[in-house]
Amino acid sequence: MILIKDGRLIDPSQGLDGEYDILIREGRVEKIGPRGSIGVEGCEVIEAEGLWVIPGMIDMHCHLREPGYEYKETIRTGTLAGLAGGFTALVAMANTDPVNDDASVTRYILEKAEKEGMCRVCPVGALTRGMKGENLSDIGELREAGVVALSDDGRPVARSEIMRRGLEYAKAFDLPIISHCEDPDLSKGGVMNEGRVSTLLGLKGIPSISEVIMIARDIALAGFTGGRLHIAHVSTREGVQLIREAKAKGIEVTAEVTPHHLTLTEEALKDFDTNAKVNPPLRTEEDREALIEGLKDGTIDVIATDHAPHSPVEKEVEMDLAAFGMVGLETALPLMLRLVEEGVLEPLSLFEKVTVNPARILGIEGGSLRQGSRADAVLIDPGKEWVVDPSLFHSRGRNTPFKGWKMKGKVVKTILEGKVVYG
Amino acid sequence: MRKDLLGIKDLSSREIEVLLETAERFKEVSEREIKKVPTLRGKTIINLFYEPSTRTRTSFEIAAKRMSADTINISASSSSVVKGETLLDTARNLEAMNPDAVVIRHPFPGAPHMIAKEIKASVINGGDGAHEHPSQALSDLLTVKEKKGRIEGLLIVIAGDIAHSRVARSNILAFKKMGAVVRVVGPPTLIPYGIEDMGVEVSYDLGEAIKDADVIMMLRIQLERQKGGFFPSLREYSALYGLNLEKLKSARRDVVILHPGPINRGIEIAPEVADGPYSLILNQVTNGLAVRMAIFYHLLGGKE
Amino acid sequence: MARARIIMDGRDIERTLTRLSHEILERNKGAEDLVLLGIATRGRFLAMRIRDKIKEIEGIEVPFGVIDPTLYRDDIGRTTTQPPLKEMEIPLPIDDKKVILVDDVLYTGRTVRAAMDALMDFGRPKLIQLAVLIDRGHRELPIRPDFVGKNIPTSLSEEVRVHLKECDGVDEVVLKERDEG
Repeated sequence: MILIKDGRLIDPSQGLDGEYDILIREGRVEKIGPRGSIGVEGCEVIEAEGLWVIPGMIDMHCHLREPGYEYKETIRTGTLAGLAGGFTALVAMANTDPVNDDASVTRYILEKAEKEGMCRVCPVGALTRGMKGENLSDIGELREAGVVALSDDGRPVARSEIMRRGLEYAKAFDLPIISHCEDPDLSKGGVMNEGRVSTLLGLKGIPSISEVIMIARDIALAGFTGGRLHIAHVSTREGVQLIREAKAKGIEVTAEVTPHHLTLTEEALKDFDTNAKVNPPLRTEEDREALIEGLKDGTIDVIATDHAPHSPVEKEVEMDLAAFGMVGLETALPLMLRLVEEGVLEPLSLFEKVTVNPARILGIEGGSLRQGSRADAVLIDPGKEWVVDPSLFHSRGRNTPFKGWKMKGKVVKTILEGKVVYG
Repeated sequence: MRKDLLGIKDLSSREIEVLLETAERFKEVSEREIKKVPTLRGKTIINLFYEPSTRTRTSFEIAAKRMSADTINISASSSSVVKGETLLDTARNLEAMNPDAVVIRHPFPGAPHMIAKEIKASVINGGDGAHEHPSQALSDLLTVKEKKGRIEGLLIVIAGDIAHSRVARSNILAFKKMGAVVRVVGPPTLIPYGIEDMGVEVSYDLGEAIKDADVIMMLRIQLERQKGGFFPSLREYSALYGLNLEKLKSARRDVVILHPGPINRGIEIAPEVADGPYSLILNQVTNGLAVRMAIFYHLLGGKE
Repeated sequence: MARARIIMDGRDIERTLTRLSHEILERNKGAEDLVLLGIATRGRFLAMRIRDKIKEIEGIEVPFGVIDPTLYRDDIGRTTTQPPLKEMEIPLPIDDKKVILVDDVLYTGRTVRAAMDALMDFGRPKLIQLAVLIDRGHRELPIRPDFVGKNIPTSLSEEVRVHLKECDGVDEVVLKERDEG
């Protein structure tokens, strides 16, 4: 038995924020009681005085790169980075090689995760075969093998007909479709947000309308089909507004935002830092503020990292040639805590975006420390200051624009099914 | 001075003045019978060109030679680029040969900046994509200053494909820094988003825009832009945005015309305008040489 | 505070230039084929004054120019910032002319060396002579002046400054301690 003692428990699934002790037995939460109310006899005690205790975070959107791109990341290094960042479950996107469009690939990922993974891995199946946007994958078999959602993330589904059929077909399996909303025609050749900075730098822009037009389409299709739509990494003010309106109309749509879109703007590219090249691109301050507003009013349900590790081969090149994406697992928590520090969100509403909400959308266990649930928990020192040094990352990817940033808040321990696996 | 010249953006107006004053002095060297000074004896300058450019490369090369530097030209077609070597690897390899300066022309914005961070030699941006072309802008400043006696308070009209033009960007920054008023004109599809934030006026009507101009700078239109859907046809572009004698009638009598070259005669500029009395196109070439000598002088001289 | 002492005033300078003009004419047996070339900046004004005096004495206007040795300096690249370029105006042709280089202070000789190299790029003079207002010693090259206004023995910690009306508003020669830093 393990007793986590004297900490501040923040568990949005139960609406708890206060001093509670947590007793864990055989990987499950046995009991929760006010500070000092649970006897320590026969327990291994984890002293959490001054620390925050939250359910293990779920990253609803990351790229673990295995199989196929092990030089960028592996399931082992990715899940280790996850633990270090406070995540106990990672939702892995399907753009591996081979693409996870087939039950055999899903099984491979899950077996590999079982053998080498440090935390839970929940695979996303490709919506279309080869992510080519032409024919649906064998969705039923993928579901059977264990995928938690469907997505062609990284490649927008250009054809409306395919998106329609996907939303319809997935209803039979109660799987959400995670949509990377981008009109490939409008953003063709673009490397950053089309705006003041792209004009100054002479870089080809990706206009905000490229995202907005696809969010509008997908919402319309979700309304039309009754399918479950989840908008990945929304980045634009108009996009947030469309989702807000759709929710008001009762359309079944959820949405996520990344820590980097909440923190940075297009200005981050001013000195040609390829690590700030992401898709969707970092937008304007106005967009950033709208994203925060969307988080506050519940329009945006989830914060997800879009952790996209790349090797120097893909990043130490000209901006036009650099790959999109940045790593996020090991910097997400302190970036999120800035929202608490700035008074934007209460801890309870912040952590619901990475615990109970993604669990509910994906229909997976976790994200809660309710009595009887999986004992996945994270102990955080919210005041701990540290400086980002990518060479110390557990991830293979070092591609972060936050190098040298002074951060506040760090994971002290990560507990997976009752076992301390990190810290 | 500074180690690198990556863009007009980084220069103060004082630095620009110093470069222009130096360039004015250097013009004399090119008028001598023996067009050579020993100033950069023993220095090595590499011209690393990832885009074909006779004009700019030749100008940099002559500038370096007239100052007694050794020059080496590397062009993309003959270099290891084709073998798939990354830009940084190429830069590191060049660095191993200990050059004093690398002039780089590259189709992608930011390429010179990337190299500058990596190597000890001075890096001079000879044009990076649609970003900057600082030596061209300095030479245009010198040309206008010589002709008009000043920059401050002049109205400069830059016409054509603003969106894809590094000459436009560097010149907007340069003329603004020196106190001129800048107006850009072109079809709306070729005026980039947020250009007003650079402090310029925007117009879509060439005839209207040049009426009160002191200087008209015509940009080269890339013929492939038509395929990109930026304008319907060259015929229409030429009719609306080409500078001909008819349109020029509405301009001031003392207006001067610049073009960074090479010219599409009869498309963005009519031959009789390009070769006419208002045209400073050849002065730009002469001044370009002097400006590049001044750039070498200041970058390769004082080391911290 | 730096100690400063005026060692020549305006009248001293005038008298000295008059004497130098006479010496130049005497040595060269008149003004024929002479070219006066001032080393920028102050040598230019001294050369102009000598030209005017020669005209008074001989009634002949000697061709006059300015030479800027900067691009021929031997310390290019050794300083943190490059020296500004000055004017260059050589009265061509100089082939077979007797060129009198004029400068304010002769010190290490390096400036004169650079000026001579610059001059050679413009042609082949019959001879070059050097006229200076002040020779303060401490030569680092085998260069000697043909015409000296005043020899002033100095220590290396001292500085000789020539001020001329044309650019400084006053005619004087000042000897002072070198500013530290």
